[in-house]
Amino acid sequence: MLTNLSRIIKFGLQRFWRNGWLSTVTIAIMFLALIVFGGINLFNVLAKTALFSIQERIDISVFFKKTTSEDEILKIQSVVKTLPEAKSIEYITADKALEIFKERYKDDETIAQAIEQSGENPLLASINIKAYDPKQYQVIASFLEGEEFKNAIERVSYDERNAKMIDRLVKIIDTTKLFGLSLTAFLTLVAVLITFTAIGLAIYSSRDEIAIIKLVGGTNFFTTGPYIIEGITYGLIAAILSTIIIWPLVYFASPYVKNFIPEMNLRQYFASHFFIILFQQILFGIVVGVTSSIIAVRRYLKV
Amino acid sequence: MIAFQDVTKTYIGNGNRIIALDDVTFRINPKEFVSLVGRSGAGKSTIVKLLIGEEKPDKGRIIFGSYDVNKLEPKELPELRRHIGVVFQDFKLLPNKTAYENVTFALEVAGRPDKEIKEFTPKILELVGLKERMENFPKELSGGELQRVAIARALIHNPDVLVADEPTGNLDPITSQELIRLLLTINEMGTTVILATHNKDIINNLERRVILLENGKVIRDEEKGRYILI
Repeated sequence: MLTNLSRIIKFGLQRFWRNGWLSTVTIAIMFLALIVFGGINLFNVLAKTALFSIQERIDISVFFKKTTSEDEILKIQSVVKTLPEAKSIEYITADKALEIFKERYKDDETIAQAIEQSGENPLLASINIKAYDPKQYQVIASFLEGEEFKNAIERVSYDERNAKMIDRLVKIIDTTKLFGLSLTAFLTLVAVLITFTAIGLAIYSSRDEIAIIKLVGGTNFFTTGPYIIEGITYGLIAAILSTIIIWPLVYFASPYVKNFIPEMNLRQYFASHFFIILFQQILFGIVVGVTSSIIAVRRYLKV
Repeated sequence: MIAFQDVTKTYIGNGNRIIALDDVTFRINPKEFVSLVGRSGAGKSTIVKLLIGEEKPDKGRIIFGSYDVNKLEPKELPELRRHIGVVFQDFKLLPNKTAYENVTFALEVAGRPDKEIKEFTPKILELVGLKERMENFPKELSGGELQRVAIARALIHNPDVLVADEPTGNLDPITSQELIRLLLTINEMGTTVILATHNKDIINNLERRVILLENGKVIRDEEKGRYILI
C-alpha cells in the first residue's frame, strides 16, 4: 500500500513536471479563479464591517424627567436589560451629559457662555439602548412608551423620522446581505466551473494514457491517483500564487477602503488573518482541483 | 489454457450492424505458438480485445485459465491483464515516460517491489535489444524500437500469454523477421504466444499453428498451417 502510494505520488509529480506547458496553463487559469474566490472573501469581510459599522451607529435614547430619581432610572434600566432585544445599555447622568455637551462645544464661546449664565444643568439624564437587530428598535421603543413609564420618562428618541431612517437602513442592510450572498454564490460557481473546465481539458488530452494504464493492468485507484496528485499540485501552487498577488493589492487598496469604512484597516486585517486566508485559498484550490480531476478521469476509466 | 466457445461480437457503426466475430470456437493450449490470420477486419483484433476484457461478447464464453473473462467485474480485470502481455498494433506507449519507465510501469502497477524491478528491467531490455536506448522517450525512437519497448513491457511481468496484434504492421521486412525470431525465443522460454497478423510471408515461414479468420468466422485451424488467401 505504501509502495503504491509513493508510486502514485511519483507519477503525479512526474506528469505535472513533464507536461510543463499544460500544467502552466492550468495553473494560470486556476490562479485567476482563486483571485476571484479570494476577492469575494475580502469583499464579504468589507461588507460585514461596513454593515456592522452602520448598525453600531443606530441606537435609541430614553430621556428621563428632571423629577425622576436615579433609583427609578436604575430600576427602569434593569427592566430594559431583561428585554431579549436589548444588546447593550448605557446610563448617562445629567452631569455626564453636560460634560459631553461642554466637550463637544468647547470651541463655541456663545454656547459655553449661555450654559455658564444659566447656572443650572438644562440637560436630562438618559439611557442609550442598542438592539441586536435594527428591526427590534420599534419593539423597544413601544415598550418604553407604555403607561407604566409615563411618569418617569420625558421622551423616547424614536420618532417617525428616526423610525423611517432606521427602517431604510434595515432595508439597505438586508439588500446588501442578499446581494453579497448572491454575488458570492455566483462568483464561487464561476471559479469552480473555470477550474473544472481547465482540469477537464488537461485530462481529456490524457485519455489515451488512462486507457493504456488500464490495459497494462492498472487498477482504478492506481490510474486515478496520479491525476489526483496533479490536481492537488495545481490547487496548491495556484493558491499560493494567488495569495502572494492579493497581498500587494490589499496594501494598495487599504487607504481607499479606510476612506469609506473608517473602522476597516484592510492591511492589518490581511496581516493578522494571513494564514487563515492562505488556508482558505489552499483548501478551495485543492478541493476543486481534486474533485475536477476525479470527475474528469472517471469518464475515461471504462476500459 | 484459452478457450473461445461460440463467441459472437457485433458493433453498431453508422446505424449498421457489423459482425466482427460470428460463432467463433477455438482452444489454445499452454506454451503453444498460434497465429491468428486474416484480412483487415476479419476479427483478429476483436479476439485480442475480448481476451483482455476490453470488450464484452454479445454471446458465448471466453475462458482464460481459471478466469471466465466475460463474467469478470471491472475491478477484477487488472488481475487478469497482469497474466497477459499485449503488444498493441499502435504500441500504446506512454508518451511522457522513457523506454525504461514504460517497461517498469507494468511492474509498478502490479505493486512489485523496487528491487525486483531494478533487477528485471535491464535484462528484458537487453533481450529485446534496447539497452542503449532505455533513457529515450517514445518520440525519440524508431518504429522498430517502439515495437521492442512494447514487447519488453508485455514480457516484464512474466505473463502466461503474450499477444501480439499486428506487431510487424509498421516495420520493414528485416526488422519484422527479427521481431518474429524474438517471439519464437520467448515461446521457447515457455510463454504462450498469440500472433495476430495479415503478413502472409511471416506465417508461411513460421510453420506453426494457424487459425484463419474471414468475415468473423474461423474458416481453417491447422497445425503447421499456411496463410492461403481464398
